[in-house]
Amino acid sequence: MRIATFKTIRLQWLATVILLAGLQPAHGIPAFARKYGLPCSACHEAWPMLNNFGQTFKDNGYQLGNERDAPIYQEPSYWPIMFRTTPVWHRENNNRQSVDIVPGNGTSGQVESSVTTSGFDLGGLDVITAGTLYKNISFFIQPFIGNSSIDLSQAWARLDNLAGSHWLNLKLGRFELDEPISQERSLIQNNTGSIYYNYLFTPPGDKNFFVGIGLPQLGVELLGHSDDDSTRYSVAVVTDSNGASGLPANQAADVYANFNQSFAVPWFGRQQVGVYGFFGESPTYFQTSGGTPLPGTGTGNRSFYRLGAYGHWYVDKFDFYTFFMHGYDNVFLGNGVASNQPFNLPLGAVGPVWNGGFVEGHYNPNPRLIFLGKYELTRMSREANPNIPRDAGNFDTWTAGYRWYPIMSPRAGLAWTQEYSRIINAGAAPLSGKADIRNSYQMGFDFDF
Amino acid sequence: MRMKLNWVSTAVIFVSILWSVAGSAQESHVGKLVGNAKRGKALYVRYCIFCHGPYGDGRGESAPYLDPKPRDFTKAVFKCRSTPSGSLPLDSDLYDTISRGIHASGMPSWKPLLRQERVDLVAYIKTFSSAFQEEKPGTPLQIPPEPPSSPESIQRGGDLFQSMNCWSCHGKDGRGYGPSAPTLTDSKGYPITPFDFTSGTRFKCGDSDQEMFRDLVTGLDGTPMPSFETAMTPDQRWDVVHYIRSLSARKTAAKLKVEPIAK
Repeated sequence: MRIATFKTIRLQWLATVILLAGLQPAHGIPAFARKYGLPCSACHEAWPMLNNFGQTFKDNGYQLGNERDAPIYQEPSYWPIMFRTTPVWHRENNNRQSVDIVPGNGTSGQVESSVTTSGFDLGGLDVITAGTLYKNISFFIQPFIGNSSIDLSQAWARLDNLAGSHWLNLKLGRFELDEPISQERSLIQNNTGSIYYNYLFTPPGDKNFFVGIGLPQLGVELLGHSDDDSTRYSVAVVTDSNGASGLPANQAADVYANFNQSFAVPWFGRQQVGVYGFFGESPTYFQTSGGTPLPGTGTGNRSFYRLGAYGHWYVDKFDFYTFFMHGYDNVFLGNGVASNQPFNLPLGAVGPVWNGGFVEGHYNPNPRLIFLGKYELTRMSREANPNIPRDAGNFDTWTAGYRWYPIMSPRAGLAWTQEYSRIINAGAAPLSGKADIRNSYQMGFDFDF
Repeated sequence: MRMKLNWVSTAVIFVSILWSVAGSAQESHVGKLVGNAKRGKALYVRYCIFCHGPYGDGRGESAPYLDPKPRDFTKAVFKCRSTPSGSLPLDSDLYDTISRGIHASGMPSWKPLLRQERVDLVAYIKTFSSAFQEEKPGTPLQIPPEPPSSPESIQRGGDLFQSMNCWSCHGKDGRGYGPSAPTLTDSKGYPITPFDFTSGTRFKCGDSDQEMFRDLVTGLDGTPMPSFETAMTPDQRWDVVHYIRSLSARKTAAKLKVEPIAK
């Protein structure tokens, strides 16, 4: 019974991660291509993945610096907007889905069964407007229209090149953290492969408000970079709302920092190494009225952190991301116990600790074709509750695919994609305790204009 | 047998000559870096082809919408050089242009590319014209030390700006609206606008005083901007540089508190 409970938690966790990640559409921005007459490939290794020229353009506040950046230089009819959507054929399979023995009869008992669903699908709609409001003032607005929801994924304005320096850029609003490897620009689109699980990982039973660095956060960011973007830093202070609009759950401020350095290796190309860390506090209980928590009154804050290192390695037309994360949550967060009620902690409770990482490789023979593969894992090194199975939360994922861009112009882009992804949660099957395996496959168009 | 050996050795020598000629055209040299045209081609396809075109003739997909038009590499005529007017640029000139970009045009700075990548691009750009195989670049210009700017120097530069008819294109106030401006075309017949010296402190072929001096000597090939190598002495060119600087909002010019002479 206990095992089943934790399996349920794990599946809920997985579903939450997928749901949250599903709200994170990736993007390339042909509005910029139209503005400057440059093709997608100038800024993207393969859209939406940025290359160093594109990253520099982004870091410069969507400015090329040729005095044609401000809106005043554009034709009055120019409107910096783009859309993107992905009509695909899509197949999902779960090898051990818990189902009723008699379909439609919830009291007939349950068995595990392989469930496969497939058909034509649509990946929602990205609408992005971004650019410059004035010289050295940039902005970004990104509503995402899902099948039954509209979400304002990002909305921010930035003061660029303060005091004439690339090293001082101040952003305010809801924005993607300066992640080691952008979740927003994942080349993979299918349900299980498009997620960097480490970015969103929460241990089983954990009640931390902060879900992960993979979600846009509300706050302020100071970012700086060298002229050629070889050296970059960012420091962000964000509220503990996990990016949600409205006043935060508590009054704590979390800090995220990222630093990276790139360098050239003869005959290999650009290499980049970096370190990052997120340090925060989350509430463990709220003031209540009639037992109902009052929003914004979170208190009893306890600490957590995520930190790690990463690299981006080029070997001619091959490139590899390597990523490592070490995570820790306080014992009260890890066990979902109010810090003013320590007697509710299970015997032997500790703060959960885990490590994870991924390797993602690309082969880019030309700007119109890219092959990709990814392997990601997370390993719990210490569970919050000693009663939790040692491997609860562990997972492994594999993804492979390619993207072909038959149309790539300064006006629009169209890609044909095929992707396959597989995730294994050891011991997570709801009834048997065997491995829960999910497979996701899709092929279709990914286009933007 | 002897005859056969002769044929073989002749063929080997012939192929070697062809290889060396072709090989030299496929390379560029900037400092200690050696550019490779094959690698440069891959970069050109990724970054440059949509403006400069697959054949380097400036007829890329985006070209119709750009002003000024992208450079036609097949003509081997380049604005920004350290070599005399009408001569080929040095590899380092092309490298500098790629790195710096062309201010107030569609050509951005490609500094985010690695140095080696930029040198590779130079090597590939040179393959579009046989001129780089048939000719050598001109002797690079030696720029004399710059005398300090002064009100007198600026005054003299202003006088030269008038007497040398710079104003006929660039306008009496340096804003690029001289009486000849509407009639100007580049070497391919496209309308071209004289530079507005009041627009800021940056210029097409570099921002330093030395680069402005160089432009007065070399002219900007492919545009109506001529060389003033023989028409002015070095001191006079420095005077004109100082005058042009006084038209812009540069801080050093502001410190002198000298009003532009031409109104």
